[in-house]
Amino acid sequence: MQELINRIKELLADKTVERVLGWKAGDLSYNPEPAYFKTEDELENFVYDGFCGANLSKYMIEAAKLEGKTLVCLKPCDTYSFNQLIKEHRVDREKTYIIGVGCKGKLDIEKIKAQGIKGITSVSGAEIDGDAETLEFETVYGKKSCSYNDVMLERCYVCKGKEHMVYDEIIGESKDTSEGADRFSEVSRIENMSPEEKFAFFQKELSKCIRCNACRNVCPACSCRKCVFDSNKFDSAQKANTDSFEEKMFHIIRAFHVAGRCTDCGECSRVCPQGIPLHLFNRKFIKDINEFYGEYQAGEDTESRAPLTNFTFDDCEPGIVGERG
Amino acid sequence: MPINGNDEFRPKIVAFCCNWCSYAGADLAGSSRLAYPADVKIIRVPCSCRVNPMFILRAFEKGADGVIMCGCHPGDCHYSTGNYYARRRMTLLFSMLDYIGVEQGRTRVEWVSAAEGVKFSATMNEFVEKIRSLGKNVRLEDLRCRN
Repeated sequence: MQELINRIKELLADKTVERVLGWKAGDLSYNPEPAYFKTEDELENFVYDGFCGANLSKYMIEAAKLEGKTLVCLKPCDTYSFNQLIKEHRVDREKTYIIGVGCKGKLDIEKIKAQGIKGITSVSGAEIDGDAETLEFETVYGKKSCSYNDVMLERCYVCKGKEHMVYDEIIGESKDTSEGADRFSEVSRIENMSPEEKFAFFQKELSKCIRCNACRNVCPACSCRKCVFDSNKFDSAQKANTDSFEEKMFHIIRAFHVAGRCTDCGECSRVCPQGIPLHLFNRKFIKDINEFYGEYQAGEDTESRAPLTNFTFDDCEPGIVGERG
Repeated sequence: MPINGNDEFRPKIVAFCCNWCSYAGADLAGSSRLAYPADVKIIRVPCSCRVNPMFILRAFEKGADGVIMCGCHPGDCHYSTGNYYARRRMTLLFSMLDYIGVEQGRTRVEWVSAAEGVKFSATMNEFVEKIRSLGKNVRLEDLRCRN
C-alpha cells in the first residue's frame, strides 16, 4: 500500500492529476469508504486493503465533469465497468488517470459476522501486500481468527481474472481467486426447478426487499441521468413495495435495464442490506445472452455492440424458452 | 365475472399486434369470418419493436392471464429491422419470467402477416386453450388491480 501512496503523492505533486479517487479509513476497521483526496495531508487517511470492495468506476461519471484529471484506483473487475462506461460515453478517458491496483479477493463482513466474529476492534491479515491466509481479529470478546478464503465476497469466488482491461499503470499483484468455479451453477440449479419451486424461491428472497435502492445507486450500469424508478408516474416509483408484484417488478425491470451491459461486478449483492442474491438476476441474463447470441462479456472492449442493440437474421425465436424445457 | 353465466373460466388475454401485419391479419380473420375467442383483447402498436417489456409486465399486473405479441415475419418489418430487436428482447424477457416461476406458456410471440387471417385465428384459438388449461394468473398480478 505504501508504494501506491508514494506514487499517488508523486502524481499529485507534479500536477498530473488534480484529485485522487480512492478509499479512506471508515469509522471501523472493516468499512473503508470511497473518498476524494486533494492534498498530500489528506492521503494520511488513504487505505487500500481486503475490505475495499467498492467499485469506484461509477464515481468517474461525476469526476469527469470536474476541471482537470482525476486519478482513480481500479481493481481488475472494476476496469470492466469502466470500459463499459467508456463505451456508453459516460466517462472521459482523457480526464482519467487509472492506477490498476492489485487484488487478491475482497472480504465480506457479513460472512465474517456469520462465523460468530462480532464486536471487531481491529483486523490483521487483510493488508493488500501480505500473503496472510488467515485473518486475525481483536474483538471485545477476545481474539478470533478465520480463513481468508472462507469469507470472500460471492463475486470473488467467480473472479473474472487478474488482468486489468484498461489502465495507465499497475501497482501490486493480483490473484485469480476463482479456482475454476462455474459462475452459472446457481442459475442452472434454479432453472432446473419446477415453476412452483422457482416462484417460492424468488418470493422468499424478494420479499426481503425494502426498496432502499442501494442496488440501483451503486450499479455502474445504472447511470441514467433520469431513472425510471424516480418517475412518480411509474408503478414501481420511489416507495416501499406494497405487494409481491411490486417486489418482483422492481427487480425484473432493473435487471432488464442492465441486461447486456452488466459486467457482473457483483456490487448489487454486496451492498444489499437484506442480503438478496441480486446477481442471480443479472447472471441469468448473461447466461441467456451467452447461450442464444454467443459469448459476450460486457466491458471487455469498447468497440463491440451490446447484444440488445444488435441482431442477426437467424437469431433464435422466443419459443426456444419453452423448447429448452 | 363470466359473461355466459356459468362458472367456466374465461381468461383475459392481451395481444399486442403490429399495425402493418398482424393487425391487418386480425382484420382479415374478421372479414373472412374466422372465429377466435372474445377473450383476446387486441392492442395495436406501430411495430412489434414498440412493445416495451414493461407493457407485458403491466398487462400481467392488471390481471391478464396470458400475453401474446404478434408482428411481421422477420425480414418483412415495415421499419426494416424492428422485429429483429423485438425478438431478442422478448426472448430474454420470457426467459426471465420463466426463471422467476411464471409458467412459460403464458407468454408467446407469433409472426403473422397481413395475409394470414387463418393463422391469426388458429394461433389465438390455440393460445386461449393453452391459457385455459393453465388457469388464472396469480403469480404476477397486483392485488390492488383485482376487480
